[in-house]
Amino acid sequence: MEERKIVVPGEIIVEGESFLPGDFVRKEGNYILANKYGLAEIEGRLVKIIPLSGVYLPRKGNIIIGRVTSINYRGWLIDFDGHYNGFLSLNEVPKFINKGELRDYLDYGEVVYAKIIEVEGSSTELSLKFKGLGKLEGGQLISINSFKVPRLIGKEGSMISLIKELTKTKIIVGQNGVVWVKGEKIEDEIKAKKIIKFIEENSFVSGLTDNVKKFAEKLEEENE
Amino acid sequence: MTSLLDKKRIFEYLEKEGKRLDGRKPLDVRKIEFEENISENAEGSVSVKIGETEVYAGVKLSINEPYPDSPDEGSMSVNVELSPMADEDFELGPPKIDAIEMARIVDRGIRESKFIDFKKLCIKEGEKSFTINIDIYAINNEGNLLDACSLAALSALCLAKMPKYNEKEEKIEKEITNKPLPLRRENMPIMVTFYKIGKKFIIDPKRDEEEIADYRLSIAISEEDEEIKINAIQKGREGSISFEEIEEILKKLEEIYRKQYLKIKEKILSYG
Repeated sequence: MEERKIVVPGEIIVEGESFLPGDFVRKEGNYILANKYGLAEIEGRLVKIIPLSGVYLPRKGNIIIGRVTSINYRGWLIDFDGHYNGFLSLNEVPKFINKGELRDYLDYGEVVYAKIIEVEGSSTELSLKFKGLGKLEGGQLISINSFKVPRLIGKEGSMISLIKELTKTKIIVGQNGVVWVKGEKIEDEIKAKKIIKFIEENSFVSGLTDNVKKFAEKLEEENE
Repeated sequence: MTSLLDKKRIFEYLEKEGKRLDGRKPLDVRKIEFEENISENAEGSVSVKIGETEVYAGVKLSINEPYPDSPDEGSMSVNVELSPMADEDFELGPPKIDAIEMARIVDRGIRESKFIDFKKLCIKEGEKSFTINIDIYAINNEGNLLDACSLAALSALCLAKMPKYNEKEEKIEKEITNKPLPLRRENMPIMVTFYKIGKKFIIDPKRDEEEIADYRLSIAISEEDEEIKINAIQKGREGSISFEEIEEILKKLEEIYRKQYLKIKEKILSYG
């Protein structure tokens, strides 16, 4: 893999007929130009950008974590840190619920782990009718930049397993950048939160895994 | 928006361990930083940071007719602007109820302490006097904007210098003299806002703590002959408050003031 370089919108990333535009870049004549501020990456023929800022863009198939902000007679409005709220319809929960009893199933401020089944303009439809989805109970939430989620998970989930091991907590990462952490003690959750924030801030420094280990040791010392 | 899960955790941790999620004790204040004279055109300006919360304040003088009930006094007006840049929940447009309340709490704390000598702001009785305009802008909201606004207003007042007054044309020149504003510095009011979460009181809340608090109580105090005077009190939000709680808060306030706020006060007094 070539070294990544920071680009701003409109900047020429690479010249040549053979390159293909990926995420957040466009092709103009012979050039590949940036559409967003971020790190440009060239993998073989594919050119793409890993954005450094910006809000989460919902995509069909993404699994996200959100909070209930409003309830109407057809379902729940879910805030998932995007431009607009998502909608979880009554038909998309794995249980039959009488109208007027929606609050018993999911109340204001409660947290769900849900799948995006449809994105159209400003409306995002969510569903709980898949395995492993549902209401999250206990624990805390942390919001990070959604573009840093792959860093937090690591190769084949290596980074997230490392954090789980270091802090003895359960962690679920939503692709919208909302992370749920639950431990036996609140201290463990706070520690995991600090490590996750550390990864977000240092996501493009090389040797991230080692740095995370060092950071966790430092936290341990501070506690004692 | 704070989720129910986070709310529960803040309650639990405060109740069981007496600590907050960022590791602070209930009555600890985050680090406060000042940056002086950030604006070229203002008579006095400052940026105040409490942790990640940041506000800008500027002082500008104008000439107005005195109010009929105090013909020999100048006046003061405080304006707080909560722009969408500071917080996703703030909206564009004319000041909403939160911003107006904030401005009035800050205004009252300063006014009732007699910190400004309004008589010295009069130019000609019944006809002309100076008005002190304090403009406060929220730059980033990570909780406790109220106390930040109050500190910023005080610092900007202390830093401000009187502008040159053109007697012939009866207007203010662009130039600034090196005369400070007529302040009674010994009366400086310090405002501390208490928040009740569960059964505990905290000060300097983060954004999520602020959101889940039952009520808040802002108290502006000044010191006279080693004794603490209350200048202004304001309660906000829907929770109810008892006499015992007010007494408890006042006791804590004195302790916080002597332990944490004297240094900050000295720092602000060193301006100008």
